[in-house]
Amino acid sequence: MSVLSPGTLGEALGILAKDHAATPLSGGTDLLVHWPVRLEAHERTYLDLSGVNELKAHTWTKRDLVLGGRTTYWDIVGDSQAAREFPLLVAAARVVGAIQIQTRGTWAGNIVNASPAADGVPALMAYGAVVVLESTAGREEVPLDRFYQGYKKMSRRPDQLIVAIRIPRRSYDVQVFQKVGSRRAQAITKVGLAITRSDLGWRVVANSVAPTVCRCHAVEHMLESKVPVSSPDGFFQGLERDISPIDDIRSTAEYRKIVLSRLIYFELRGACDWIT
Amino acid sequence: MDSVSVSFTLNGEPQGLTVPPAERLLGTPRYRVGLTGTKEGCGEGECGACTVHLDGLPVNSCLVLTAQVRGQSVETVESRKPDTLEPFLAGGATQCGACTPGVVMAASWILEHPELLRTHNTRELMAGNLCRCTGYDGIVDSVTAALTRNRRA
Repeated sequence: MSVLSPGTLGEALGILAKDHAATPLSGGTDLLVHWPVRLEAHERTYLDLSGVNELKAHTWTKRDLVLGGRTTYWDIVGDSQAAREFPLLVAAARVVGAIQIQTRGTWAGNIVNASPAADGVPALMAYGAVVVLESTAGREEVPLDRFYQGYKKMSRRPDQLIVAIRIPRRSYDVQVFQKVGSRRAQAITKVGLAITRSDLGWRVVANSVAPTVCRCHAVEHMLESKVPVSSPDGFFQGLERDISPIDDIRSTAEYRKIVLSRLIYFELRGACDWIT
Repeated sequence: MDSVSVSFTLNGEPQGLTVPPAERLLGTPRYRVGLTGTKEGCGEGECGACTVHLDGLPVNSCLVLTAQVRGQSVETVESRKPDTLEPFLAGGATQCGACTPGVVMAASWILEHPELLRTHNTRELMAGNLCRCTGYDGIVDSVTAALTRNRRA
């Protein structure tokens, strides 16, 4: 095993350009779980980003909130502007693990770890976030809702690093975040939901109900078209097309579908007069 | 690569160590420096028994490589004055003791940053510290008592 510790982004990208097997490491809250017994993980080369300070800060520009590649959940929990403009990011950050995870875990790591249960991703996707990838060959932007192609499959080449996550500043009149787990902290999500409505329309994003965190396009279409819904089961017609939940140690496919339809129904009933 | 050199401060003392790249921050104070206060519970970032402060923020030391803390400040429970424990002793906030070092590090962070309570409550701030004896009321009451004591002081 080796740990390479570049001091600048340029050095980090230079290493990735040469060694495509190097695994970027920042907060370690996924990579180091049960570390002593995961001997196969000790055979790899890690690119430790702890010294790459230019990736740490998040910045507000006129048009965007830009998270750095190393920006943590806690960085956003502590930003009062984020609480006002992007409350779903703060709500999501506060239910990732507990404080000790929030102070280390990064938004970019949550994206590239590509867990279907990732709690930071639904809120980012509901806000139309864009993943900014960089390599020695240049920069590329990929909208987060087109970043995943399947379970743990994503649009990141091994020589690319997520250097930023760009979140456009828009005004929203509906913003919903819900996480259902066995307890409030330290729980892996059984069913999760983020919803926004802006000038660009509805975005409904769910986690733990498909191989990737996913937009629920059929449900979005039901909302855009104001399809009358008069019971909690009313969203099944959209969800049947949008999600493919499974039975696993944390929950069942049936529970996930039923709970997700109820979360959408009860969260939106007050905001939409066609949901009764 | 068989080893990496790392310099950081541990409880205010500069350390220059050569460690295997796979060594976790949890193991360095315990097995290399002889500070055994920091405990391993779950090894997966859930129980908080291994909580230390890294550049002033509580982290699970089981999820950090020592090679990552170059130039940073690490504080373990041994850095805390004995009177930090007073409210815990008075309130019966420790039973078997396995979680206590981590609990003390999470609690002392709250006590040092009471402004956290403007946005969070004590239970949320301490949700990352599991007590296998389930002595949560004693722990939360003791933190509350310590906050009150500090406000009066």
